[in-house]
Amino acid sequence: MNPSSAESAKRGISFIVNGEAKKVLAHPMERLLDVLRNNLGLTGAKEGCGEGECGSCAVLLDDMLVNSCLIPIAQANGASVVTIEGMSAHSLMKPLQESFLECGGAQCGICTPGMILAAAHLLDKKLDPTLADIREGLAGNLCRCTGYMQIFEAVAKAARRRVTQ
Amino acid sequence: MRADPADYRLVSPGNLLGALSLLASEPAQWLPIAGGTDVMVLYSAGKLTNRNLIDIWNIPELRQIEVFPDRISIGAACTYTVLRQHEIVSREFSLLATAASWTGGIANQNRGTLGGNIANASPAADSLPALLVYDAVLTLISVRGERRVPYRTFHTGYKQTILAADELILNISLPRRFSKYFSHARKVGARNAQAISKVCLAALGQVANGAIRDVRLALGSVAPVPLRLNETEKMLTGKEIEPSLIDAARKSVLKEIRPIDDIRSTARYRSAVACNLVTEFLAKLAAEGAAA
Amino acid sequence: MTVRHIIGASVPRKEGWDKVTGAARYVDDMALPGMLHGATVRSTIARGKIKQIHFGPGVDWNEYVVVSAKDIPGKNCIALILDDQPCLASEFVNHPEEPILLLAHPDRPKLRKAVEAVSIEYDSLPALHTIEESERQSTIIWGRDNTFKNFLVEKGDVDAIWKKAAHIVEGEYFTGAQEQLYIENNGVIAAFDPKNGVTVWGSLQCPYYVHKALITLFALPEEKVRVVQMETGGAFGGKEEYPSMIAGHAALLAMKSGRPVKIVYDRMEDMAATTKRHPSRTRHRTAVSKDGRILGGEIEFTIDGGAYATLSSVVLSRGTIHAGGAYYWPNVRIRTKAVATNAPPHGAFRGFGAPQSLFAMERHMDRIAQVVGISPVEVRRRNFLKSGQTTTTEQTIKENIDLDRLLKRALELSDYAAKKKRFAEKNKAGTNRKGIGIAAFLHGAGFTGSGERYLNSLVGAEAGADGIVRVLVSSAEFGQGTNTVLCQIAAEALGLPYENVSIAQPDTSVVPNSGPTVASRTAMIVGKLVQSAARGIKETLTKTGLLHEDYSPEQFRAACKEYIATHGALKSYARYEAPPDVFWDDEKYRGEAYAAFAWAVYVAEVTVDLTTYSVTVDDFVALQEVGRVLHPVLAEGQITGGVAQAIGFALYENVVWQDGRMMNNQMTNYIMPASMDLPPIRVFFEENGNVHGAHGAKGIGELPMDGPAPAILNAVEDATGVRFCSIPLLPEDLFEALRPEFNEQAVPSSVRGIA
Repeated sequence: MNPSSAESAKRGISFIVNGEAKKVLAHPMERLLDVLRNNLGLTGAKEGCGEGECGSCAVLLDDMLVNSCLIPIAQANGASVVTIEGMSAHSLMKPLQESFLECGGAQCGICTPGMILAAAHLLDKKLDPTLADIREGLAGNLCRCTGYMQIFEAVAKAARRRVTQ
Repeated sequence: MRADPADYRLVSPGNLLGALSLLASEPAQWLPIAGGTDVMVLYSAGKLTNRNLIDIWNIPELRQIEVFPDRISIGAACTYTVLRQHEIVSREFSLLATAASWTGGIANQNRGTLGGNIANASPAADSLPALLVYDAVLTLISVRGERRVPYRTFHTGYKQTILAADELILNISLPRRFSKYFSHARKVGARNAQAISKVCLAALGQVANGAIRDVRLALGSVAPVPLRLNETEKMLTGKEIEPSLIDAARKSVLKEIRPIDDIRSTARYRSAVACNLVTEFLAKLAAEGAAA
Repeated sequence: MTVRHIIGASVPRKEGWDKVTGAARYVDDMALPGMLHGATVRSTIARGKIKQIHFGPGVDWNEYVVVSAKDIPGKNCIALILDDQPCLASEFVNHPEEPILLLAHPDRPKLRKAVEAVSIEYDSLPALHTIEESERQSTIIWGRDNTFKNFLVEKGDVDAIWKKAAHIVEGEYFTGAQEQLYIENNGVIAAFDPKNGVTVWGSLQCPYYVHKALITLFALPEEKVRVVQMETGGAFGGKEEYPSMIAGHAALLAMKSGRPVKIVYDRMEDMAATTKRHPSRTRHRTAVSKDGRILGGEIEFTIDGGAYATLSSVVLSRGTIHAGGAYYWPNVRIRTKAVATNAPPHGAFRGFGAPQSLFAMERHMDRIAQVVGISPVEVRRRNFLKSGQTTTTEQTIKENIDLDRLLKRALELSDYAAKKKRFAEKNKAGTNRKGIGIAAFLHGAGFTGSGERYLNSLVGAEAGADGIVRVLVSSAEFGQGTNTVLCQIAAEALGLPYENVSIAQPDTSVVPNSGPTVASRTAMIVGKLVQSAARGIKETLTKTGLLHEDYSPEQFRAACKEYIATHGALKSYARYEAPPDVFWDDEKYRGEAYAAFAWAVYVAEVTVDLTTYSVTVDDFVALQEVGRVLHPVLAEGQITGGVAQAIGFALYENVVWQDGRMMNNQMTNYIMPASMDLPPIRVFFEENGNVHGAHGAKGIGELPMDGPAPAILNAVEDATGVRFCSIPLLPEDLFEALRPEFNEQAVPSSVRGIA
């Protein structure tokens, strides 16, 4: 009657992570975040809240910014995942990383990978974002250190840098 | 403390029929999961009681938006991002597009779905008042067939709906007859984004010859279900917007809503703000009418 | 050479590249072979006697390692000040979430069911949940009178001034608990082996606090306890004392299991079980002259310490000394106390008591202005402390500070006068009310009173044969910029490029005890010692004739290489020496409370929306005198971050309590302001210098936490005319004050109060 009486079986999940084909054996409800961190050693995505509120676990899933704590691994089967570790090839990465460093956009650093991914996702969609666009684009990423001012500055600077490049 | 994934099953049928067959095969045992922005929060907190989940994220029939001359049909698994970006939705159903922009941050908008918001049936859900005022019609589907139900009849109590155990929401259909209406939406939450609403309003109105020809008001977070203010609407229709009418409307709103004290706010505050939001809308509608 | 002007330049953050690439290693990013995961079984009641512990069915207990208080080899306490807090409750529990048992398992997800399967029977005892309940002493929950600590500060003759007063102004002010909400939860990994003892890697501020606590808990000699700080994802005081607890827990599990054990809290556990800012109540009674001068007064400051003493006495001390604000009090009596309640112990949080008592002082100044009939600007101007005057503890202000000038500049920067006029006009109509408010305040840098003398900090520097100098301190980086600023200071002292200086990972087996990373002391006090230690390296090389003045980095490298080839190692240490003219009397609470104060004037502009009763901060000017600014970008980041947290403290962050338990322990329900909520925070510095700090630096980290809340509430009063005295000030509070007549008769009573 109750189909939940048995433990679920692990199953093979095949996906592309940072451009490389990966196969892991996992329970389908394991969180993408845990698989990235524990199975694949990609610890750039962090758990801050476990409920999709803080954005520290953000990754790109098929080019969409998502909170990896809310993605069951089965839903990543066949998908392409990019974490902060895999962003080095992205054309926006260098301007973003440099401007975060110059402007003081990273303090303790725990929100930084998610923040940078959210910023990259925003700049992918908007060439010349306004301050309002930046504020909205980062609304799902909590930073407790900076008070955001230097992060806004960093994102705006990265956008300008890209335009002039 | 987090849940044990070994205690949960998640099946991805990949097509609609597969999902419906599974739902029908073991009634009430399966919980659909789309973008996971509600289900996974419960799961992570160890509070998800359903142990069997059906993945409906990648079912094509649930992801389409179809535009007809008289209506738009939105697949239940369309995300807030898709809604925000859709030309017709933004132009003709701005209340819905606005509500989509209120929901979480960008990452959650990329995953959260309209159907999920409906099925999750939270009275605080941002998009539901908009569906009420737009006279949304839901198509529910199961192996037994399809049925179309007016959305206003969908919620029967706190987190209670008419959705049968073997049914999915297939799509949400909105008639295209409100584009000429004045529309106003406002959410009051504890912060400007990433917040669960304390009160939210979706409102439509039309003024002709100085009097309200049609008005549609719906509120979130003020009752066990998203609430259409039927009595207040009736009372307002045909009248000229003036201070005494606004006073009467406020009294009527208070009679219709049933807010509570909870961890996020108080019943008194919600009552007052609900009245104020309706007042604000009527003032704007009056100004709009005067300008027209 | 590129070595000039390292001080005052915004050099790249030392660990910055690791942070922006995701390579930085936090404790949860680390795993050890064979590692188990630990979890904590906690009290479900506020106070009671533990009767029985049942290990329920459905769990194979053989798979789990279980630790109780009986397994503790040393003393069952978290050694800190009074040692009254048990590491694991054995007989009684005194607050919800108090740890009772520890469990470990190789598979982290298997812990939840086991924790839930443990059931504990209690005999409940009456519990106290507010300052007032604790004061009433209907039951005694701590010591003889529910009081952890009292202070009395007396200056002049307060009793004689009342009859001279033109006005006697009274006020009562409250501040709520505040969660630090670092984005990285508390976490540690511990390993144990009988030969080497305990090693802990953790997210923490004070490696030697944890070191001391583990020595006591395990009854081990100090060389058998090693504490390593990992990259730390925010702390704000929240990782000052609590890491000793979680480190003790992981280490006990490691000892019993013989395997490394990781404990990383999830957000709900972290928020429910760990420390928060002390709630407070302050009462002012002030004698004021006809023209608005403070003649004297009484201040009563009380904080809720929660169930154990932990750091409450020192938080109280700082709150006490800051209670009189940046003003001259000819006569004053300050009575303060920290009381016990049955909540998890409240603890360190940026500002450390000062934001609480300064909130009261700065709201009270606006009250005085109203009573006297002068402006908020004028009342401050007439009472500012001046060089040569004494503080409430009779510390003479020796530095050259001109608060009048600071105030004038802040008013200009914020366009105060014009806005004030404009808002008064605008507020006559519409559904928004605008207001502008100010706060003037100070923050003492370094440990209070004789604190630095007791700390007796030691700092090292070590040169390698490669000519790279490594700074050796236990001072931790958790975002503020410790690594960068201390390397800048050492580089400047050595005349080397910034890149030629590095800093050791804080590891008690490697670095000396430079004191805890708290109290805005790192740049100023530790920085000064780093400067001395670095100079020591240079002196050694010059004295031995290996190096001459005006050397290049290459010459420095060659000298190091040669020295090391002959002598083995090149190290230099510097120990804190108290300035000879600093006097502090711990008994009378009188004297030089701090070697230096930072001073500030903040201006907040707000809009009160009468439709939603919400307050938005529209503009924020933060002007401060902080001695020398060592790194402009980092310094500005400290101010903007502190102001943002303080805006949260004032308007957003509400801990919902029920019987001593936090009910909204999720980020969804505990609301910190985020990207869409914060105003432009405009930061300005004045740099007067400071003889006690490295290159004239003063402390900076805590200052910005003190002023925003009163400035904002002053602005809200300016906007609405309503005097709010309690924070957080939520829309619900504004509504009740602005619309007391609101009639909700239409709400059926049957549905009210259902959550």
